[in-house]
Amino acid sequence: MTSTAILFLIAGLGLITWVFARARAGRFIQSGAASVHSLPSYHGWYAAMWAVVPAILFLLVWSSVAPALGSFAVLESPLAADLPADPFARAAILSEARELSRNADLKVFNDAAVQLAPLYADADRRYMLIGALAAFLLCFAGGAYAFTRIRPDFRARTQVERTVMLALLLASLIAILATLGIVASLIFETIRFFQLVSPFEFLFGLNWNPSDKVVDGQATGFGAVPLFWGTVFIGAIIAMIVAIPLGLMSAVYLTQYASANVRKWMKPILEILAGVPTVVYGYFAALTVAPALRNFAVMIGISDASSESALAAGLVMGVMIIPFVSSMADDSIAAVPGSMRDGSLAMGATKSETIKQVLIPAALPGVVGGVLLAVSRAIGETMIVVMAAGLAANLTANPFASVTTVTTQIVQLLTGDTDFNSPMTLAAFALGLTLFIVTLLLNIVALQIVKRYREAYD
Amino acid sequence: MTETVSAPKMSAHDVKVFYGDKQAIKGVSIDIDMDNVVAFIGPSGCGKSTFLRTLNRMNDTIPTARVEGDITLDGENIYSSKMDVVQLRARVGMVFQKPNPFPKSIYDNVAYGPRIHGLAPNKAELDQIVENSLVRAGLWNEVKDRLSESGTALSGGQQQRLCIARAIAVDPEVILMDEPCSALDPIATAKIEELIHELRGRYAIVIVTHNMQQAARVSQKTAFFHLGTMVEYGDTSDIFTNPREERTRDYITGRYG
Repeated sequence: MTSTAILFLIAGLGLITWVFARARAGRFIQSGAASVHSLPSYHGWYAAMWAVVPAILFLLVWSSVAPALGSFAVLESPLAADLPADPFARAAILSEARELSRNADLKVFNDAAVQLAPLYADADRRYMLIGALAAFLLCFAGGAYAFTRIRPDFRARTQVERTVMLALLLASLIAILATLGIVASLIFETIRFFQLVSPFEFLFGLNWNPSDKVVDGQATGFGAVPLFWGTVFIGAIIAMIVAIPLGLMSAVYLTQYASANVRKWMKPILEILAGVPTVVYGYFAALTVAPALRNFAVMIGISDASSESALAAGLVMGVMIIPFVSSMADDSIAAVPGSMRDGSLAMGATKSETIKQVLIPAALPGVVGGVLLAVSRAIGETMIVVMAAGLAANLTANPFASVTTVTTQIVQLLTGDTDFNSPMTLAAFALGLTLFIVTLLLNIVALQIVKRYREAYD
Repeated sequence: MTETVSAPKMSAHDVKVFYGDKQAIKGVSIDIDMDNVVAFIGPSGCGKSTFLRTLNRMNDTIPTARVEGDITLDGENIYSSKMDVVQLRARVGMVFQKPNPFPKSIYDNVAYGPRIHGLAPNKAELDQIVENSLVRAGLWNEVKDRLSESGTALSGGQQQRLCIARAIAVDPEVILMDEPCSALDPIATAKIEELIHELRGRYAIVIVTHNMQQAARVSQKTAFFHLGTMVEYGDTSDIFTNPREERTRDYITGRYG
């Protein structure tokens, strides 16, 4: 019996419970009981939930417990007595045996696994059966319990409402739990990294040249400052120099000057920019912008210009986030009360004076919040910098030189054959955690600013 | 009530306003002089605010609005192509229904107009203009110690007087007030009305109001608007005690509106 079949059976039982419970509640109404609190279908849903939910929850727990129970059973058999004592080697054989029990055609490396495979097959079948029986029992028990509670005055409607609320709460918790899980796994690996490399060296060291070489008990070449600088240089400086003025000006044009018609076709086009996959921007940066910039640099006499430059990546990234800045600024400017604009115009201010002196200052907190969100997006952006910024960890302010960023190095450290115990691989997690913390802080600050600004005008 | 002999400050002749296809004002003619506060009264949607906004061309900011007819300021047509709308609005100031101070300091709110029009060559003169305007708006004593605080932090009534100070600061000739007290409590309203009395004579003042007692208290002349036309225009005392038109009488006695 497969787990799919079990799920279908439980769902079927749930349906049957629904039908019976509904019918039973329906009879109360027909028999003219004093006052029936809930409609029959609510009783149906209530009973069906009791039948299905506990059984499913049990199956979920069981599916994570059963394999371990299976392994115990196998280990207790006499055949397992001559397995190696080393836990790694033993675990390898056991997992091979389990795979083999599911797929007989598998090629095996350890002959011991062949012997153990039938044991696994037995154990798994046994526990599957136990789990299924228990689930059905729960299903019947839950359904029966709910069935006995069906009375005219039973508030099934309220109960269903509460369950809906719980389901929604659960759905929103999952996103939060996933975030926590991601952070926890990052923290775990980062702690391992910092056992090999001192945090001080990582955060303040100026030399990024990761290798497995160990000097004086410390891995060297893990000074991440050049990466942080490269990230800030491309994402927060060059990209913002492009995106802030252009985004702001396009927002001003769209909200204040453009006629309804122009706005109608220009805004969607700007928003399409936001939907272009970043890898496409990456091509554009690497194949079009970077060579053009290099030629330009050579022309104006910078002989050491690299074909991969901070400027190329930053410019294209700036273009990428224009719609982001523009749409945030657009919202903020539109949120400034029209009476304020009228007040300024009625004083005899021109349109551009009004925009410069009243609208933009009034919208500024929202714009700043939008810019911070854009920065946090830019510094986490990966594809463009991987393709266009290069890998050389230079600590330079020359925009025509090649620099590297945190995200580029993470990709670099984790591609290819990796050993999850080497400082090089673990460094990727430390970098990831740092990036996560920085963008998290940026987002918190930005959202605070935007929120306070919204309150000011509501 | 003295009869005025001077030429009217502003004069409208057969003014029509359209919003798209809809006609909001159907031929209004009126003279506004320096000595009398003029009140526009009438039921909601009668066009009194729309007509007020034609007097400093604020309707220009509404893309679908179109104005026909002549409006003159000191004999000069304000809708002619020679008229600079920015200059016009400096001469014909406006105070709105809802207080709308800029999110700047009290000082900067009042200094806004003088700065954009270059009225003060140096800081000392600008300080003087700000002080004079606040004094005239009756706000100076309340705010003189906190000029650098935000204008939006003041109470509603203070904000409205700040807006009046802001309008006065560019030394306009006419001040248009669009229901300036409708968002204020009775005490703040009384202060604004007192202020209107004090400003009378220095500026030509036109006030739109829903409140007929207010019109009776602050104005010397009253125009009654109904369905886009001006039904009756005359001395306030006559309009309220002895209106010529049936519709005016009905409105004033509260039979509709």
